[in-house]
Parts: sequence; structure tokens; C-alpha cells
Amino acid sequence: MAAPIAANTHERESSMASLKAVSSVAPLALRIVAECPVSKARACTLTLPHSTVSTPVFMPVGTQGTMKGITADQLEDLDCHICLGNTYHLGMRPGPELIEKAKGLHGFMNWKRNLLTDSGGFQMVSLVELSEVTEEGVTFRSPYDGKEILLTPEQSITIQNSLGSDIMMQLDDVVSSTVKGPRVEEAMHRSVRWLDRCMAANKNPDRQNLFAIIQGGLDAKLRKACLDEMTKRDVPGFAIGGLSGGEEKDDFWKMVTLSTDHLPREKPRYLMGVGYALDLVVCVALGCDMFDCVFPTRTARFGSALVPWGSLQLKQKQYAKDLQPIDPDCQCPTCRRHSRAYLHALFKSDTAAMHHITIHNISYQLTLMRSVRQSIIEKRFPEFVKAFMKRMFSSSEQYPSWAVEALQSVNITVN
Amino acid sequence: MRSVMKLELSRVVQGCRLGVLNGLGKTGQHCLEVPGCLLYTRCATVPHLTQDTLLTLSDLPSVTQVTVESLAEHQEVLEECKEGVRKFAGLHNTVLFCSLHDSVNPNPAGHVTNKTVSVWGSGGRIELTAARFMAIQAAIQPDCYQSMADGETWQANSSRKRVRKAVDRTLAHLDECLMLHQKTQELKQAEIFGVVEGGDIMEERLRSTRETAKRPVGGFVLDGFHSAAMNQDVRGQLIQAITAELPHEKPRLILGVGCPDQVISCAEAGVDLFESFFPFQVTERGCALNFNYTINPDPETAGTSSPTVLELNGETPAVTEPSKNGDENMTTFEINLKDKRYQDDFRPLEEGCDCYCCQKHTRAYVHHLLVTNELLAGVLLMLHNMAHYLGFFRALREAIVNDRLQDFKNRVLSCRERDVSFK
Repeated sequence: MAAPIAANTHERESSMASLKAVSSVAPLALRIVAECPVSKARACTLTLPHSTVSTPVFMPVGTQGTMKGITADQLEDLDCHICLGNTYHLGMRPGPELIEKAKGLHGFMNWKRNLLTDSGGFQMVSLVELSEVTEEGVTFRSPYDGKEILLTPEQSITIQNSLGSDIMMQLDDVVSSTVKGPRVEEAMHRSVRWLDRCMAANKNPDRQNLFAIIQGGLDAKLRKACLDEMTKRDVPGFAIGGLSGGEEKDDFWKMVTLSTDHLPREKPRYLMGVGYALDLVVCVALGCDMFDCVFPTRTARFGSALVPWGSLQLKQKQYAKDLQPIDPDCQCPTCRRHSRAYLHALFKSDTAAMHHITIHNISYQLTLMRSVRQSIIEKRFPEFVKAFMKRMFSSSEQYPSWAVEALQSVNITVN
Repeated sequence: MRSVMKLELSRVVQGCRLGVLNGLGKTGQHCLEVPGCLLYTRCATVPHLTQDTLLTLSDLPSVTQVTVESLAEHQEVLEECKEGVRKFAGLHNTVLFCSLHDSVNPNPAGHVTNKTVSVWGSGGRIELTAARFMAIQAAIQPDCYQSMADGETWQANSSRKRVRKAVDRTLAHLDECLMLHQKTQELKQAEIFGVVEGGDIMEERLRSTRETAKRPVGGFVLDGFHSAAMNQDVRGQLIQAITAELPHEKPRLILGVGCPDQVISCAEAGVDLFESFFPFQVTERGCALNFNYTINPDPETAGTSSPTVLELNGETPAVTEPSKNGDENMTTFEINLKDKRYQDDFRPLEEGCDCYCCQKHTRAYVHHLLVTNELLAGVLLMLHNMAHYLGFFRALREAIVNDRLQDFKNRVLSCRERDVSFK
């Protein structure tokens, strides 16, 4: 493999060695730009059908073909290159046929850059009360018309083929991360079988990447078994699934680091459902490249603005006369123009207040990841992590022990 | 020193006054063409829009309207901010007109006294004396503002006695506002607009008009004429009588009138300025303005063009088949995008429209955003509806310039007549 490449050599260039590592068929190319000599952190460029993504990357979630009140142009202006759509929601409304007619989800929402779609399985298990998983697929009752629907791995891929996303996710058998026992093992094995069915069902392997999802709950043996099986398949990328569902953080990070230890270096690693700043920084250190979470955009609509020292609840009275921007160092359109006091006032009368904070929070997430990336490229990622922790917590006694341990496991000592 | 606001009329056609309101703003560098509209806001924001999305609109009105109603509860922070609402709200470079109420919100009756009026903020009722009203104006720092007024007598059943009282109170408020205005440093360069009240009683309207015109006001606000208030003929007669009494060189702003047909008749009765709450109301009911206001530039061929142009791209108007999602306030000037018929309609909201929504998105997409309750629906519809509404005013002015007012009127009103013919 090529040695990490310096910061000034950009996307365009790539050495033969790193090209060789790339899967020969998939419409995806991962080039490792730099690797942290201390931790497992890495900076890559991920070339996808619609544009090139710099990793580590946070992917905001636009569930129903829209990014929560902000326009595609505003999202582009924040330098976002990939966002999510949810197959379950879009499959229900407006439905795959209509989206296909609209030239895919890209055309329907008029988003020129990359899209990642999930399999739809997660929403069925989390949103729909009456769902049942069999070998065939997930059966559930439609919340719209009450009809019983069976979602098979093949159907999930068919819908995602209609959506035309750049990255599709396999249908997996999702079990809550707090469940233990034989159900976890069954789900892991089934997810492997469903991966094969998804791969066979993909009509567009030349322009849509299918990612596998590592399952196995919080059981290291099962995770390892799943990793062994799935990494035998020639998929363009891997997701670490079944986490971020209310499990202990001590269990969470160990499963993450176990996964990255066994995932192939030359393929992207996507940690699903992770979006808190601290989790992002720690999991980058553990070797993850891609993240998504509804948190930054959802919390924005409740008036919570993310800042390097935590968050501001702008609806609280204490901000009524605070004429500073959300974060004086932030360069986002909201912070350049509006004060905390005005956003506090506007929250009482118009949805635009939510849009302002959504823009700020997406900008915060993307800027954080850009800074992380830059520090990896400049070989100062451990120092970045230390500074990040210092800014986020008032003292080192406040550092969550799981984060300290996780970072210590990759040779970054923060206290 | 008073500012140099001045209305320069270039022509009057069928009662419509065409001109330019010059010398607006602190340094007098802004102007506004009339007939025209102010940019509608709530809490100094055009509903749903951030600065980025707002500025995708071309030819924004140079005057933005804010209201005491939405800002009164923020008086303290506005005072601390020291530079007025323009700075506080991060507004673009715009002239500010401040009115008392938001025409979209109903104002509960029964809270006006001899000395006070009330507005409703998010925290409930705020009672304003003239002194408090002026203190709020000093905090807002508008370029123009309407004086405090008793606007409660629009209901048809208001007694003559009550109407007379409203006129008297409003004049008394004006005198107090004018007196305080002189003493208020923050308002040194601002203009007061006097408010004409009088319900539907001609002699009270005339008394209000004549007395207001005697005072040193920069312009006039015609209050109590909003769409639900009275029938169009009565309104037309009253407005004509009022404008006949007003000095030519001062602008007249009417409150509460937004529907295109009513805008045209008010303009013909001599009104110069309107609010732009109408596109917001259309947006809130999930509708898109798409009435045709384009007249053929060549008078020779006027009226010979294919009538299908009028039929919204050949469709029947949505209003003739009320859908489950239909809104009873919907007018014939709009289409209801929640209607299932738009589910797979990949055309823009309006062919040829250059707004962000029509340039980038389809009816099918906006329909999807509406049925899934997504916030972007409000953003896109607000952009389109405001663009369409501003285009309507632009076309009205051009029609006056080109002596085509009657053609313009026929074209706009054909929407209404078509609906009648369907019934």
C-alpha cells in the first residue's frame, strides 16, 4: 500500500498502489490520503458516482427526500457531498414508481451530489409495532393503509434501485442492541444470508454500491463471525450496524474497534446512527470513515444549537437578550447574520428559526469532520482530539470514562 | 431634519396612479414604484425564509413591513440592541415600514380604550398607550410607521357612535404620536403615516381623512377595508371618496387587501401601496399562485391569442373540484398542490416562472413535501408565491405604462369569471 500522501496532493492524483486496492467493479474508489501514525484514524477520498467525498464524513439525514426545510442549494453551499434518504419512508410516499419516473431520488429532490439509502428494515422494526421477521423478510402493517406488507431483501434492493442512490444498504435483521441470547446469533446469520440475496438482486452494480452491514450485537464472538463471513464477499463497503441503540458506551466502542480491526483497509467503513460530536471524534480514532445521524437536524428543530462546548438551548430565556452569534467562531450563514437573541425571538413566530439552526448544526458537523480530516492529514490528530476534549468538557474529570478508554486503546491519552 | 420622501406621479390611468416613491430610507437612497407592495414579514422575517432563500427572489420590494404586534414583546432586547430591528433581525439593506397589526392574524375585539390599543404577542395581550407605542417605535427604528389607531370598527354592525369614537381616538393618538415623534431622537428621520378610520360610514371616513390630512404626516394608511370587512362596491366608493380628499403627492397604503382582483380595484380607486400577506396565506393552505397576468405586448394581437393560455395549461382550475384537502379560503388565483392530481405532475408550479422553486422543482415534489408535512414545502411555496405576487404588481405597473390596464384587468379577472362560469 502507498504511504499516506501529504495534504497538498488532492483527489485528482492517486498512486498505482492505492488504485490497486480498489474493488475493480464497484462504482466507488477509496483512496487513503493519510493515516494517523498513532491511532486508527484515516483520511480518505471516496469517489462515488455523483461526486467525491472527503472522509471522515458526517452525512446529514434527509428522510423524505428533503433536508428538513433547507434547500438543496443551501446544503451544497455547506459543502455537503453526501446525504441520506430513507427507503422505508420514500417507498411508502411517494413510492418507488414515482421516484423512478422522476429520474430517481436525485432527480425527484434535485440533488446533484451523492445519496445513501438505508434498507428500510430499521424503520420497520423501530417505527412499526406489528412487525415480524422471518427468513423471507420483514412483515409489517402499513401505517398508511393498514395493509400487511412483506419486505424481502430483494424488494429492498428493488426499491433502492428505483431510488438510484449511490450507496445502498443491505436489508439486515436488526435486533435491538440491548437484546441478548440466541436471537442475536440468528439475526447475525440471517443478515449474512440476506446480504447474498441483496447482492444477487442488485440490478445496477455498475452505478449503485451495495454495502454490507456487520451485525452480531454486543457479542464479540458473533461480531467476529459476522466479519469473517461478510468480508469474504466482494462488496464495495461495510457498515457497522446494530449499535447506537441504547447500549452501554463501554460495549459500543469495543464493538466498533473490533469491527475496524477486521475490516479491509481498502474499503470504506460506515458507522450507522452515530452523530454526537464526541462519538464522532472517538470513532474516527477507532478507524471509521462515515457516519450518519438524525440528531443534529432533529435537535435543531427543538432549538438546540451545537457548539464546540456542547449545545445552546436557544428557546431558554437566558438567550433573550444575548446579542452574540451562536458561536462567534462559526462561519455558517446563521452565525454570520443572526444573534442568539434574534433566534430566540424568531422561534416564537416562524419556522425560519428552525432552518437557521438546522443550517448551523449541519455546518457544525461538517466543519468538525473537516477539521478532524485536516488534523489527520497534518499528522496532529492526537493533539486535535486533546484540544477537542478540552473545549467540550470543563475539566478532564468530566471526560466520559468510555471515551478516555477508547482513545487510550488507540494510544491517545487525553488526561 | 425630515427625510425627503416624495411621491412623483408619472401618470394616472382609470384612477390608477403610476409613480415612484423617492427618497426613502435614512439616506434617502431607496425608492419604491407604485402601485406596489411592501415585503411581508413576521418578527422581521419573511415567513419560512432565511436570508439565502429570500435573496433568490429578484426585485424584492425596497420596503419591508414589520409590525408592532410581532415586535412589542421584544421591546427590551430591541432597546439594548440600540440599532433597531434592521440590525437585530439581520435584515438586508431595506427600508422599514412599521404597522400596528399583522393583517393575517385576527384581533380579538373589545380591548380598545380611549387611551390604549392592544396587540397579541406569543405571551398574550400587550396593552399600548401612545407613549408605549412610541417607545416601541423608537426601539424598532423604522423609516416610516403608522400612528396608533383604533381600528376596531370594520365590522358592518359598528354603531355610528362607536365609529365616531374610533375616528376621534385615532386623531387624538395621531396628535400624541406626532408630539412624541418630535421629541424622539431615534425617529428623527422617520415619517409618520396617519390612519384613516371611519368604518363604512361615509361622513366619518371623510372627517377622518380631512382631519388627518391637516396634520404633518408623510403618508396615509387606509384601515378597516380588509377583505372580510365590506362589500366591494361600498369599499370602492369609500376609498374613492377618501383618495379624492388626499393630497396627490403623498402615498396611500391600504391594509388587509391582498387578493389580486381587489388590489386592482383599490388601485383604480387611488391606492398606491399594499401589503403582501396574501402570498403567505396562499402558502399556508398548501397552494400556489398561478393566475395569468401576462398580456400580449402587441395590442394588435391582443385578444386573439389562444384562450387555453387562461386555463392553467389546459387544466380545469382545482377550485371547481374541491378536494378533501381543500381550504374554504382558497381563491381562483391559485392551485391546491395537496390535490392528488399533482402527485405525478413533473411540470414546474408555473411554466416560465423564474423563481427558485419553479427553476428547481416540480409540482410532484412540492405535493410530496405537503403530504409528508415537510418544512421545505413552506419554503418553496413562499418563494414561488411571493415571486408571482411581485410579478403581478410589476405587470400592473407595465400595463399602466403601456395603456393596457383594461387588458390586464380582463386577463387577471378571467380567473374569477372562469370560476363563475363553472358553477
